[in-house]
Amino acid sequence: MSGNVILQVDQLSMRFGGILAVNGLSFSAERGKITALIGPNGAGKTTVFNCITGFYRPTRGSLSLVHDNDRRFRLERLNDFRISKVAKVARTFQNIRLFPGMTALENLMVAQHNALMRASGLTFLGLIGAPSWRKAERHAIDLARLWLDRVGLLTRADEAAGSLPYGDQRRLEIARAMCTEPALLCLDEPAAGLNARESAGLSELLLAIRNDFGVSLLLIEHDMSVVMEISDHIVVMDHGEKIAEGSPRDIRDNAKVIAAYLGTEEQEAAELIEGGP
Amino acid sequence: MAATTSEPDSRSRTAGVAFILKKAFISSLVALLLFVLMIGIRTEAGPTGQLVYWARLDELALTVAAVFGGSIVFELLRRWLGPAGAAGLVPPVAQRALSIAGRAIAPLLLVFALLVPVIFYQQRYLLDLGILVLTYVMLGWGLNVVVGLAGLLDLGYVAFYAVGAYSYALLATYFGLSFWVCLPLAGILAACWGVLLGFPVLRLRGDYLAIVTLAFGEIIRLVIINWQSLTGGPNGISSIPRPTLFGIPLTAGPNGLAAKLGIAFSPTHRIVFLFYLILGLALLTNWVTIRLRRLPIGRAWEALREDEVACRSLGINITTTKLTAFATGALFGGFAGAFFATRQGFISPESFTFQESALVLAIVVLGGMGSQLGVVLAALTMIGGFELFRGLDQYRMLVFGLAMVLLMIWRPRGLIGHRAPTVFLSHSHSISSDMVGEGRG
Repeated sequence: MSGNVILQVDQLSMRFGGILAVNGLSFSAERGKITALIGPNGAGKTTVFNCITGFYRPTRGSLSLVHDNDRRFRLERLNDFRISKVAKVARTFQNIRLFPGMTALENLMVAQHNALMRASGLTFLGLIGAPSWRKAERHAIDLARLWLDRVGLLTRADEAAGSLPYGDQRRLEIARAMCTEPALLCLDEPAAGLNARESAGLSELLLAIRNDFGVSLLLIEHDMSVVMEISDHIVVMDHGEKIAEGSPRDIRDNAKVIAAYLGTEEQEAAELIEGGP
Repeated sequence: MAATTSEPDSRSRTAGVAFILKKAFISSLVALLLFVLMIGIRTEAGPTGQLVYWARLDELALTVAAVFGGSIVFELLRRWLGPAGAAGLVPPVAQRALSIAGRAIAPLLLVFALLVPVIFYQQRYLLDLGILVLTYVMLGWGLNVVVGLAGLLDLGYVAFYAVGAYSYALLATYFGLSFWVCLPLAGILAACWGVLLGFPVLRLRGDYLAIVTLAFGEIIRLVIINWQSLTGGPNGISSIPRPTLFGIPLTAGPNGLAAKLGIAFSPTHRIVFLFYLILGLALLTNWVTIRLRRLPIGRAWEALREDEVACRSLGINITTTKLTAFATGALFGGFAGAFFATRQGFISPESFTFQESALVLAIVVLGGMGSQLGVVLAALTMIGGFELFRGLDQYRMLVFGLAMVLLMIWRPRGLIGHRAPTVFLSHSHSISSDMVGEGRG
C-alpha cells in the first residue's frame, strides 16, 4: 500500500499566533484514488490545503509527494509556484479564482504557461513566430479545447470567464487546474453553491478525471452526497485534528464523526445512532 | 398613452419642478461658496507693493445665476432625453456605422501618420507637434505594458526615459558612439534599471507600489542633478550628436544626405527624418506589445493583473513575470529617451520631472488601460488638444481640465475600456470593461 501513496502528510501542524489551526495531522492519499477531507466549519481543512499547495509554510511536519516515476518532493520546502510547476499539484479555490476579464479559453491557456514558456523559447522564439512555437500553441489550444469540451463549455469558450454562470465558473476552474497536467488535483469545495443536477454532473466529472486521466484527487467538500458517492477514502477533521479515517461506509457509521457534525457528546451520539432506524 | 397617464404624469411634473429648483439651488450654493473668494474678491498689488482688494459682487452674482440657470437647463435636458444615456441617444444605424469606423480608425490613423510629413511639409510647427505626439504615444505604449497589461501602477516611468536619454547623451558625447549603436544600449540599460526597480517593489501592491516607483523616479532625477562630474548636473548635456541615416549626416555640408542625393538642402529634411524615426520606433513598440500579448508572457501579465493568487496556483513565477513587465516597459522608455536626446540635442534634468510621468500615466489611463489604440487617441487628445487650446490663452487649462473630467464621467475606464481576447476558437468577442481587472499591484 505504501508504494501506492501519492501524498503522505506526516505530523502536520500549522500555528497562526495563538491559534493552532492544524495539530499533528497525518494521513495519506493513494495514487489514482479520490481522497476526501471533511469536517465541520473551522476544522482546518483549507489550512491543510494551503499547506499542501504552498500558500502557507507549515509550522511543523512534512508533506511528501511521490510521482509515478518515484521522484519524491518535499512540498513544505518548495516555493509556492514550484509546487504547481515541478511537483505538479494543482488546486482550485473555495471562492472561485478565475481571471474574470479573460475568456474561458484564455484562462486555460494561462494554465499552460510553463509548457508554453518553454515552447516559445522564453518568448524569443515566439516573438519571431518560429514554427515550433506555432505548433506548441496549436497543441495548447487543442488541450484547452479538450477540457472545454469535457466540462461542457466549448460553445462559451470565447466568453469572458467572469460573465459565465456560477456553475460554469466552478467547472472552468477545474478545467484550468487540469490544464496544468497535474499529478494531484486538490479541490476546495467544488460543489459549493451548485444545485443537485450540477452536483451530479460534478461527481461524474471528478470520476472521469480519476478514471480517464489517472489523476489522484484530494477534495474538501461539505456536500455529503458528492463525498459519499465518489470518495475512495475519507479523512475527517475537527479542531485541527484527525478524528476518523476510512471508507465512506466506515465514516457514515462512525460515532465520532456524527458527534462532530451534530455537536453532541460521543455518548449521546452513540445513543442517537442506536436509537435511529 | 396621453389620456391614461396624464394624471400621474402631471403630478410627477409638479414634484419635478420642486426637485429641479432644489437641485439648482444647491448647485448655486456650492458655486457661491466656491467663488465667493475666487471671483467675489479681486486682489492686486498696489503701486507701493501693498495689497489692494475690492469686491466684485456683480460678477459673483452673475456666475451664481449662471450656475442656477445652467443647472435647471441641464436637469431639463436630462429629463427630456431620458435616463438611457448615450446608448439610447445614438440610433442603431449610427451605432453600426460607429463600430465600422471604430475598426477602420487604426489603419486610417496609421496611413495618416505616414502621410503627415508629406501633407504638412511646409508647416514645421505641425511636424514638431507630430513628433511630440508620437514620442508620447511611444511612452504611453511602453507604460501600457506595465500599467495596462500587468496592472502594476508605476508613477516613476520618467526615470527610464531619463536613463535612456542620458545613456545616449553620455555614450555619444564621451565615446562618440553613433545613434544606432546607442539606441539598443540605451534600451538595455533602461531595462536593467527596470529590473533594479522591480526587485524592491515585488512585494508591494497598489498605493505602496505607486509611492515607491514615484520615489524611484525622483531619485534618478536627483542623482542626475547631483552627479555633476558625469552628467553636468542642472546644466545638462549639450551638443548631443544628431542622428544619421546609417552614417550619412543630415547636414548642409558636401557629405550631407542632401548633397549625396543631389537635392537642395533644407532643415526640414531632418525633421521629416526624425518624424519617421519616432514613428518607426513607436510602431516597433506597438508590434512587440501586440505580439507579446499573444505569447505566454503577455497572458501571464494580464493574468497577474486579474488575480495574482490564481497565477501562483498555476505555477506561474510571479517574480519573473513582474520583473519582465517592468523591464519591457523600461526598454521602450529607454528607446524613447534616446530619441528625445537626439532630437533635442540638449538634455537636462528639467525634462524628466514627475509631471512627465503623470502625463504619460494620464495618457494610458485616459486611453483605457491595456488598449493600444486608446493610448494613441489619448496622446492625440492630450498633447494635440493642449496645443489646440493655445488660442484660448488663460482658459486653456480650464477647458482642458473640464474636458478631462467630462471624459472620465462619460467613460470611467478610458476611451477604449473593453479588452480584446488574445486567442479565440470561433469569434473574438471584446470583453466589457467591468469584467476586466484594474490590477492592485
